[in-house]
Amino acid sequence: MEQMLSPEAQHFQEKIDKEIKIEPKDWMPEKYRHTLIRQISQHAHSEIIGMLPEGNWITRAPSLKRKAILLAKVQDEAGHGLYLYAAAETLGISRDEMYHQLHTGKAKYSSIFNYPTLTWADMGVVGWLVDGAAIMNQVPLCRTSYGPYARAMVRICKEESFHQRQGFDSLLVLSKGTPGQRRMLQDAINRWWWPSLMMFGPTDDASPNTVQSMQWKIKRFTNDELRQKFVDVCAEQVKLLGCTLPDPDLKWNAERGHYDFGAINWQEFWNVVSGNGPCNKERIEARRKAWDNGAWVREAASAYASKQQAKQAVAAA
Amino acid sequence: MSYQPTVSQLIHLADNALILGHRLSEWCGHGPALEQDIALSNIALDYVGAARNWYQLAANQINSLQDKAAFPLNAQGEATEDTLAYLRDAFDFKNFLLLELPNGDWAVTTLRLLLSASYQQLLLQQLSTNEHADVAAIAAKSLKEVTYHVRWSEDWVKRLGDGTDESHQRLQAAYHELWPYIGEFWENKLALPIDIASMQAQWLAKINQVFEASHLPQGVLPTWHQTGGTEGIHTEHLGYILAEMQFLQRAYPNAEW
Ligand SMILES: [Fe+2]
Ligand SMILES: [Fe+2]
Repeated sequence: MEQMLSPEAQHFQEKIDKEIKIEPKDWMPEKYRHTLIRQISQHAHSEIIGMLPEGNWITRAPSLKRKAILLAKVQDEAGHGLYLYAAAETLGISRDEMYHQLHTGKAKYSSIFNYPTLTWADMGVVGWLVDGAAIMNQVPLCRTSYGPYARAMVRICKEESFHQRQGFDSLLVLSKGTPGQRRMLQDAINRWWWPSLMMFGPTDDASPNTVQSMQWKIKRFTNDELRQKFVDVCAEQVKLLGCTLPDPDLKWNAERGHYDFGAINWQEFWNVVSGNGPCNKERIEARRKAWDNGAWVREAASAYASKQQAKQAVAAA
Repeated sequence: MSYQPTVSQLIHLADNALILGHRLSEWCGHGPALEQDIALSNIALDYVGAARNWYQLAANQINSLQDKAAFPLNAQGEATEDTLAYLRDAFDFKNFLLLELPNGDWAVTTLRLLLSASYQQLLLQQLSTNEHADVAAIAAKSLKEVTYHVRWSEDWVKRLGDGTDESHQRLQAAYHELWPYIGEFWENKLALPIDIASMQAQWLAKINQVFEASHLPQGVLPTWHQTGGTEGIHTEHLGYILAEMQFLQRAYPNAEW
């Protein structure tokens, strides 16, 4: 293999091996560029689609304090989308193009957001489990080899851990609340647990891109490694809520030093990924509608900007 | 004798902020561009924050009354920001009708914000020098935020007015929809300690300056206008806002969140 690398490619891999960040103007293999565009835009889309299930509860938040926290959180997610689209743009794709891929179903986003948020407890559980799983996935990305992506992830991870703490905090309140609130809490955990585990992606033996992505240091840990870490953390945290995880096979394994857990329903995962989840159509439809309804606004803004520019040009002449 | 705000006045200020904040928050995730989504959520957050401040002050006043029976109270028998926001029916809300109207399109949303925030700016300027320290402090904090809301909405109204034919037409339609509601600003039925006449002149001058840049005809104060909000007689829209907003507090009474 080694002798087949061009001098540029060799230099590129050397930089990667020495942990030197790749920057937008540097030479990079086309496949590296494409893998990154796919991954970063997918990540950006997830942030934007993720605003919908949570935004769903802003107008119904049960106290003004919770309303403010939720609104700020969803706003943060929009900010994450913005940094990530900007990072992807450095690789030579425009935001409009990425939107187009999303709206036409060509680009994927995190499948978790195709599940519905049915009660208020879902807001806390999403913060705890979904933001929690996202953090596990994303903290290693702060050291990913592509500079703009790594820098975006540093900011994002800080905010995600804040979201997770706030989510868990709201669950603690529910756990000490009325029987109705505790029922709401356990129900939400039951519905979100397995989809959260699926957020780490297919098992390592079914994950074809992992080897190359690890070599390029786009990825730092395998899906199964991260998933195990997540299970170990959550199995302990759920005790603080006086609740259980909906897995009869969940058991501490002293020999492995990890929790064993039950089989994931991969058939469900692939169905949701391929468009058959409970909310896939609604989510894309909502984004498409926002985009289409906003077309005249964006046109007006750019028409106005060019008129202003023309006026300034005349004034300067 | 020094000024003491009445509970009604404080609730009116709070309700205005809450209801407008509620409407603006409905845009979250659905804006015409990501940047605008973020800006509007930010503005909605400012209003939710302002509502909390005014409700807290109102709650303090209520809790110092001997007879609190007229107000919604929590399990401990106290009024709080949440009992006031979540446990009153529509006829006890005192916000302007303008603020509860549906968002409509981007033109309605941004023009409403301009009309309201320009009024708020003048109101808060006066309240921020009020002799009542808490009123002055809350007003001063909100004033900074509202000054930004004026600038942001003004920029959008100008863009729409001088953008494309479609945006101009939509802005004009928004003007016709909203203008009949501005008269409530000048009624001052709750007798806030403000100089209405000077505010009105300044407000109209400001709005007309934006209208000019937007190629809209100059606005004239209407001789007849929609009214009732400050007295609890609302549009049909408010009931739906409250049904949505108050659902959890009603379904799970006396719970902590
Ligand atoms: Fe995020
Ligand atoms: Fe988050």
